[in-house]
Amino acid sequence: MGKTLTLSRRGFLVATGATGLTLGVLGACSGPSDTEVDISNLPPNPEVNAWVHIARDDTVIVRIARSEMGQGTLTGLAQLVAEELGADWEKVTTEYPTPGENLARDRVWGDFLTGGSQGIRGSHQYVREGAAAARIMLVQAAAEEWGVPAGECTVNKGVISHAGSGNETSFGAVADAASELTPPTEVTLKDPSEWTIIGQPLPRLDTKDKVTGVQKYGADLQMEGMLNASIKAAPRRNATLASFDASAVSDMPGVVRVMAVGENAVAVVADTWWHANKALQALPIEWEGGDAFNSADFEAELVDGLTSDQAVTGYEVGDVDEAFSNADQIIEAVYNMPFQSHAPMEPMNATALYTSEKCEVWCPTQNGEAALAAAAQASGLPIQQCEVYKLLLGGGFGRRGMTDYVTQAVLIAKEMPGTPVKLLWSREEDQAQGFYHPTTKARVRGSLDSEGNLTGVNVRISGQSILAGIMPQAIVNGMDIATFQGLANPNNPRTADQSLKYTFPNFRADHAMRNPPVRPGFWRGVNANQNAIYLDCLMDELAEAAGRDPLEFRLAHMQDSPELAGVLQAVADTGGWGSDDGKHRGLCAFYSFGAYTAACAEVTVDDNGQLKIDRIVAATDPGYAVNPQQIEAQVEGSFVYGLSAMLYGNITFVEGEVQETNFDTYNVMRIYEMPEVETIIMPSGGFWGGVGEPTIAVAAPAVLNAIYAATGNRVRELPLNYRNLREA
Amino acid sequence: MGRLNINGEIVEVEFDDDTPLLWVLREQLGLTGTKFGCGVAQCGACTVHIDGQAIRSCVYPASAITEAEQITTIEGLSEAGDHPVQQAWEELDVPQCGYCQPGMIMAVAGMLNNNPEANDEDIDAEITNICRCGTFGRVRRGVHLAKTKMA
Ligand code: FES
Ligand code: FES
Repeated sequence: MGKTLTLSRRGFLVATGATGLTLGVLGACSGPSDTEVDISNLPPNPEVNAWVHIARDDTVIVRIARSEMGQGTLTGLAQLVAEELGADWEKVTTEYPTPGENLARDRVWGDFLTGGSQGIRGSHQYVREGAAAARIMLVQAAAEEWGVPAGECTVNKGVISHAGSGNETSFGAVADAASELTPPTEVTLKDPSEWTIIGQPLPRLDTKDKVTGVQKYGADLQMEGMLNASIKAAPRRNATLASFDASAVSDMPGVVRVMAVGENAVAVVADTWWHANKALQALPIEWEGGDAFNSADFEAELVDGLTSDQAVTGYEVGDVDEAFSNADQIIEAVYNMPFQSHAPMEPMNATALYTSEKCEVWCPTQNGEAALAAAAQASGLPIQQCEVYKLLLGGGFGRRGMTDYVTQAVLIAKEMPGTPVKLLWSREEDQAQGFYHPTTKARVRGSLDSEGNLTGVNVRISGQSILAGIMPQAIVNGMDIATFQGLANPNNPRTADQSLKYTFPNFRADHAMRNPPVRPGFWRGVNANQNAIYLDCLMDELAEAAGRDPLEFRLAHMQDSPELAGVLQAVADTGGWGSDDGKHRGLCAFYSFGAYTAACAEVTVDDNGQLKIDRIVAATDPGYAVNPQQIEAQVEGSFVYGLSAMLYGNITFVEGEVQETNFDTYNVMRIYEMPEVETIIMPSGGFWGGVGEPTIAVAAPAVLNAIYAATGNRVRELPLNYRNLREA
Repeated sequence: MGRLNINGEIVEVEFDDDTPLLWVLREQLGLTGTKFGCGVAQCGACTVHIDGQAIRSCVYPASAITEAEQITTIEGLSEAGDHPVQQAWEELDVPQCGYCQPGMIMAVAGMLNNNPEANDEDIDAEITNICRCGTFGRVRRGVHLAKTKMA
């Protein structure tokens, strides 16, 4: 039996006068009736509670607050709901409630933020509770109709039965009655051993539309009377718009308006986006001020931070300085992480329709509520008069948690009341106006005693803080705790899911903050990406200095984390670690986003020092595996994202302007470079870890360590960018 | 103004001499299955077929296409969305965000038109589409599965 939980009322606001409220709710979901957008034209379906609508044909509509951006959350969360509901999976569909509806209903769906690999782990509890409550109400409705005790009824695949009386009915038949019942105050969740839908490698619910071109993304929206906008914000960091000469382009085909957008951008609105963008490229624009920031010059500041006395300690064990002063050997190295652009395949976009009464926005967003707040602020209307309709994302990776493009779209639409305007960024704009993965360097040091035992580890990070850049209120005592992902204090509840799992006698992770005038952002995997390089490549270097096998050396310091040791051992076993077949392998294991991940990479480096990655074996322990085939997809994808950064990722600034403006200069991995990934999913149960991000951390270190095995050369400077890996 | 043969139908549509086919499809004909990713022939999101050959429509002026040439978009690849490549994609759950996938599918279908036996080396050489979600492993498996369906 699962454990019994007491529910807060907020968990499942139940409809009173259900059908009426449901109608109202669905009305709010639909696009304006005078447009072609058709977010939902479902017939009224009783809302059993906030999570579940059930149609009279037994279709179960699961309402999902988190955004689908490729990570499979829509399907995974629907599995959680269907499991506790006892639904027939074949009849399950999903839809998004809107942020405005959430606001109007006292935030019944909690927050809409989709980030931090929280899609499942941050909502499994209340989602399952909501579904369990709905099941109880459906059963009660049936039992009351039959005059039998609810406790004698059973549920199987959307059918409620009572053995004693031989009665049987379906969810759809009792949904109306159920929606009028008082919700239970206690529910019992199924024990994991009883799961039949959670844990199954079910196909995604959104695949068919994605292979036929039917799936509409934000960039694809079309509405009656809609105009299209292309925008250019100041290319130089923090510059502002001085002037532009609209008359130079106003006669170009299709051009309707040329306008300033806020302080720092100018947009052309035209009949088509092609026309708008062409005119924008021809538009004479003057900018003023800003930071003539050169990333090459910033190197010196990063280097300075590596040895600065001014640093904030994120986590400390014992006395690492003492360990270093007594050491027989100190191994020291400097690694780096350059700026990265998110570069999702679908450029930023939002469509807005403004009138003096209402502001509506259709957009792909990872943060519906923040998008709603941005719409309210930009439109100047009360938030209750604004609404955001979320669309599936053509990639997010953290970029779409920001709302700059929503603000812009609303500011443009506000100039043209009654006309829907779709703002779509060019790829060049997307590259130039990012919230980039922060740049850091690390000086890593480890000490060995005369027997080759590890006595101390220091990871000194120098560089940019994400929180200082975009959430300065989250900096406490000069510390950005997010900087220490994977190196953080396990005893602090705020950092436990991003904590150090190695056991070291003496350890210190510290950070000398150096912030360039470049706005940073959360980039899939965030700071775990480079912290894993910093820590795990050092472990590889230390193993070698100690004359120990890199696997055995790592395992020797994982005595307090059988899960981390488990994933590492698994990739070593499957990956052929230790075999004398002449292949060159590298290992990495890391803990972040509440999940344990490891990789074993196999590489060849040719005579010209060029890399070929031959094989990757990965393992992940996310506690529970809701949909193993989707976890596998996320693990594979994480390697492509992480290795693209390792191979090529580098946003550079000259005089404040981004130099890598499209994929011709911002190269990313293609299929020919990517080996098959063999994924071992080993959920050990008892916790809910993330999936979408944690594996990225182990991708680059495993390959870097394998390059060392192949060449005897430590590669510490990223990106590799085709350089000769055999040269020191 | 031009006449184009798209998915088996002749359509008359207005465009400037330099308007790429991509924007004619997306904005004038509402065929939004063909995606915009980069606009400079780098990513392949905009891949369609002309006479069965994969081309990148973001740099292909519509005015350069004659009525005799048959344009096929993802919407016209198969009537019921069941081209062998689409079937394979569905079976293996290839798409993640899915935004690159119409282009990926058109690129693969184009390759298999010319070379129904395409092997891994052919895939490496010809499928240069970008997928930021990183579906490459399943794309590769999907090509091989599609081949068996076509055989
Ligand atoms: S949009 Fe045509 S190749 Fe990228
Ligand atoms: S599936 Fe998202 S970019 Fe390919």
